[in-house]
Amino acid sequence: MITLEGVHKSFGPKRVLRGVDLNIERGQSMVIIGGSGTGKSVLLKCILGLIRHDSGTITLEGEDVLTAERDAFLARFGMLFQGGALFDSLAVWQNVAFRLLRGSLKRPMAEAREIAIEKLRRVGLTPDVADLFPSELSGGMQKRVGLARAIAAEPDVIFFDEPTTGLDPIMAGVINELIREIVVEMGATAMTITHDMSSVRAIADRVAMLHDGVVKWEGPVARMDDATDPYLHQFITGSADGPIEAVR
Amino acid sequence: MILLSPLGAIGRSTLSMLGLIGRVAIYAAQAISHLVRPPFYPREFAQALLQIGWLSLPVVGLTALFTGGALALQIYAGGARFNAEAVVPSIVAIGMVRELGPVLGGLMVAGRVASAIAAEIGTMKVTEQIDALVTLSTHPMKYLTAPRVLAATLSLPVLVAVGDVIGIFGGYLVGTSRLGFNPATYLDNTVDFLELWDVLSGLVKGAVFGFIVALMGCYHGMNSGRGARGVGRATTNAVVSASILILASNYLLTELFFTA
Repeated sequence: MITLEGVHKSFGPKRVLRGVDLNIERGQSMVIIGGSGTGKSVLLKCILGLIRHDSGTITLEGEDVLTAERDAFLARFGMLFQGGALFDSLAVWQNVAFRLLRGSLKRPMAEAREIAIEKLRRVGLTPDVADLFPSELSGGMQKRVGLARAIAAEPDVIFFDEPTTGLDPIMAGVINELIREIVVEMGATAMTITHDMSSVRAIADRVAMLHDGVVKWEGPVARMDDATDPYLHQFITGSADGPIEAVR
Repeated sequence: MILLSPLGAIGRSTLSMLGLIGRVAIYAAQAISHLVRPPFYPREFAQALLQIGWLSLPVVGLTALFTGGALALQIYAGGARFNAEAVVPSIVAIGMVRELGPVLGGLMVAGRVASAIAAEIGTMKVTEQIDALVTLSTHPMKYLTAPRVLAATLSLPVLVAVGDVIGIFGGYLVGTSRLGFNPATYLDNTVDFLELWDVLSGLVKGAVFGFIVALMGCYHGMNSGRGARGVGRATTNAVVSASILILASNYLLTELFFTA
């Protein structure tokens, strides 16, 4: 469904992506792992067109992301941002229903609010949260609201950027379970970037390891622990010794 | 380094300045193009009107009141040297509506609004809210910049008009209570010497200054660096650049309106 071929991206002299090849099938949950600063977020933003890649091609069902009609293209995506990225000036329900209150998917306000409350319920939040503002919520609740916003318009593809960062292990487990349930329930294609191995095991069908701007290993999550790739092995064991340089 | 190669430093600064002017000009053109193309966001426009226009009234009003009063005192003191104390009402009125009303109003709004816009949009940028807008099929220029630019361009002339009236009233209060002017004569002199173009030119200046204030706030917010330092720098740059542009454009507009 999503295909990347030879994707390069540099920022000045810094070459972040050096020829990424990756294929994500429809309905699959792909998790991209890799250390900090290896270009995971850049890769995700290139797919969404938030950052323009320098060379290579990125296609969604055969259509190049750079030439696709933007509104129709973006309407197929939902995204949970690392910090939630909720709009401070809007109430929780308006955040969740943002896409439903304007643009091509616009619905009457009462209907949009109903859908928002339903989505909030789906991520385990009660309707009384709907009229609060993001600043009144805990980190875990903000992630849930971000998740509700990502699924509000029932997208075909959902991106999760570091979904468990900053959460305690129990809340991280809850978010991981929610993501897995929702992705399966909606039949959506999911792409998650994380360096949290518990997230990887909970969410992934397939795993791709990004290092030095290229995919070093890619395969089913079940084969991850048996893989002989030294980069992957070092990453999943969290060892300081190996081909990945650790700054001490 | 600058001491070793002063010409190089001047060249780099010039290129950097020209680049900045080009980027701001392109941003301004984009902002204007988004103002006239749908979709429009009336709710965001109404909120911006409230924040920029209505909530700036106290600061603009107080500035105008004290400026009008001080102006009356200064003109009276200066006029006394030429036995021309009687010109106080007309000079206060002309000074307020042509220059001080729009310029001081613009500068006060720049301090209050350009900083607030830059801080808000800069924070949205560093917390990925701008990226979130894009993924939700909403163009940040349309949703954030266009409503603010339109609201500031429309509300500044109104603020200037209110400031003009309050400023003239400040001069009237000082003139009648401290300088011994007859209230009716003061008002007559104010009205008699004031022409329509005096007022209109000030309102046009207000509209231009409003556009500049919102544009600088949005531009610097959208181009904010990372973290608290980046947002802080964007806020400072917004106020400084808006203030300088207001003063520079005030000179150009005055040349255009009154010497052409």
